Amino acid sequence: MINLPVFPIVIPALAAIIMMFMPKRVQLQRVMALGALVITAIVSLFLVHTVSTEGIQTLNLGNWQAPFGITLVSDMLSALLVTTSTLLTLFIVWFAVHYFSDSYEGNYLYISMLFLLVGVNGAFTTGDIFNLFVFFEVFLMSSYVLIVLGGRGVQLRESIKYLLVNIIASALFVMSVALLYGVTGTLNLADLAMKIPLVDNPDVITVIGVMFVIVFGMKGALVPLHYWLPGAYVVAPTPILAMFGALLTKVGVYSILRTYTLLFDGNGEFLQTFLMVLAVLTIFIGMTGAIAYNDVKLIIIYNIMIAVGVILYGISVNTQTSLEGSLYYLIHDMIIKAVLFMLVGMMIGITKSGQLRDMGGLITRFPLFGWTFFVAALSLAGIPPLSGFFGKLLIVSGGMDEGELFGPLLVLLSSLFVLYSVMKIFLNGFWGEAKREYDGPLVPYTKRLIIPVFLLLIIAVAYGFGAEAIHPYITQAIEPLVNPEIYIDAVIKE
Amino acid sequence: MKQNSKRVNDVILQTAAIIIFFIIVIFSIDLFFAGHYSPGGGFIGGLMTSAALVLLLLAFDSKTLANVLPIDYRLMTASGLLIALLTGLHSVFLGRPFLTHAYGKFDLPLLGEQTLHTAIAFDLGVYLVVIGITLTIIQTIGESE
Repeated sequence: MINLPVFPIVIPALAAIIMMFMPKRVQLQRVMALGALVITAIVSLFLVHTVSTEGIQTLNLGNWQAPFGITLVSDMLSALLVTTSTLLTLFIVWFAVHYFSDSYEGNYLYISMLFLLVGVNGAFTTGDIFNLFVFFEVFLMSSYVLIVLGGRGVQLRESIKYLLVNIIASALFVMSVALLYGVTGTLNLADLAMKIPLVDNPDVITVIGVMFVIVFGMKGALVPLHYWLPGAYVVAPTPILAMFGALLTKVGVYSILRTYTLLFDGNGEFLQTFLMVLAVLTIFIGMTGAIAYNDVKLIIIYNIMIAVGVILYGISVNTQTSLEGSLYYLIHDMIIKAVLFMLVGMMIGITKSGQLRDMGGLITRFPLFGWTFFVAALSLAGIPPLSGFFGKLLIVSGGMDEGELFGPLLVLLSSLFVLYSVMKIFLNGFWGEAKREYDGPLVPYTKRLIIPVFLLLIIAVAYGFGAEAIHPYITQAIEPLVNPEIYIDAVIKE
Repeated sequence: MKQNSKRVNDVILQTAAIIIFFIIVIFSIDLFFAGHYSPGGGFIGGLMTSAALVLLLLAFDSKTLANVLPIDYRLMTASGLLIALLTGLHSVFLGRPFLTHAYGKFDLPLLGEQTLHTAIAFDLGVYLVVIGITLTIIQTIGESE
């Protein structure tokens, strides 16, 4: 099947379009969305298998040869990320089916969620920088709809900020692409990677590199471009927040990983230092936020920033080991953030308050819920052998090998802060005395809501315990990042 | 009502609008079909058609338009998307890469031998989406108080 790379993009799109014909038939929409996601997940697992046995899959859309048409490139990196995001969307939609009311679901909810997945999968798969921009817009448009759906006052306020920031970032993206096109005359990533070393003024490339870091940093919430993140995410309803927290910032991180290793690698020192400084700042501000707040959503939101900083630190060190660590941590973080957001969303739904001082004693009434949160918290902090451990270990040892000391120490220190912040939620929220009778609207659904979260956590735990089995895939995913020639040869066949 | 007393004075506008409406629609269809060889195409054709419909909205009101053209524009958007996507998918079933277009010569009744290209189906999708989106926006804003 030469068309295999396009299916994870087309199947959700087709399902979403068909669902647009009957926006009010909620029951049918649920079935169709879940069915489409299951099929997409199976196809993307098959894609991972194909890439692992037959190497990088490329597809020239419209049968135009590589630098002239749009090429979709599924190497192991994008195949793994496509699989992860599809699985996450599947579990989040499953959660949303029980979480939302019928009237809420009737407003194109699942259609927007599927289009968001279309954009994310497309951004992971594309091999063309302008096409990357288009897929960014696809998932951003869907995220605008999802963030404002419900129409509460705070949602309106924060969605205006979110929209403004992202429109500015998108305009900057177009300008960076224009500059890059002006210098090199091509838009295909593989072709760009060949042309950029030939540019006789490397400083221009460094400037473009910095512009791309700023653009993707705005999407991925790097300090000092993170200011929109806490407010925008805290107003979104739980399943939407889980989707945003797990997928959106990570697309920015993926784009930095791809463009930095493929395009700007040779323009070395300055960009590397620039990325490293941003990464360290991001970890630092994330740590500060994570311990400062008593609002459970905000604590996890600042944990996103820590994770983005840690992954970016691994990217900026740019050795085989640290990149492996970054990828391992990226996938772990996508899964575990979705789990945690759904869990804290349930806490808020049951206690009807986001503040830790109003919670307490949840574990006596909801033991499975409590212990799920406990394991997820340990996994987030990176207690071996849970899934957060190996990524951080590889990042730290990669940094050490390069003679860095400050970065690896900060990464280790950040783990401590992460552990403190989530244990604060566990100790104050689940232990102790119940502050009041819990009989919120979510309580009857708690048993049904916990199933998708629990299954997702099992995947995360299996990912940690099966690190040895996953390692060959991670190594294969890193190969084209360390040796861009592999990527270029796969796309541009002589 | 105020609306009614205002409408009495609209004879010139309404008569002119009806005539101009057809000219604009014909022009937009011409733009749509011209897209392959000269400036034009689905996007501008769709915008022009929706401009014609907006002219009707200005001259009459939304209820009259809904009576004359009982179309759900959201479904129009959805069907446009579906047509565009299926055009891309048809090559998948033939074992070629996604979005590979095909063409052939057909002997059509009345028009004689013509070359037809699947890009026109994709353009038709774009055309429907543009009309659907524009009129959904205008109707939604126009009807909310």
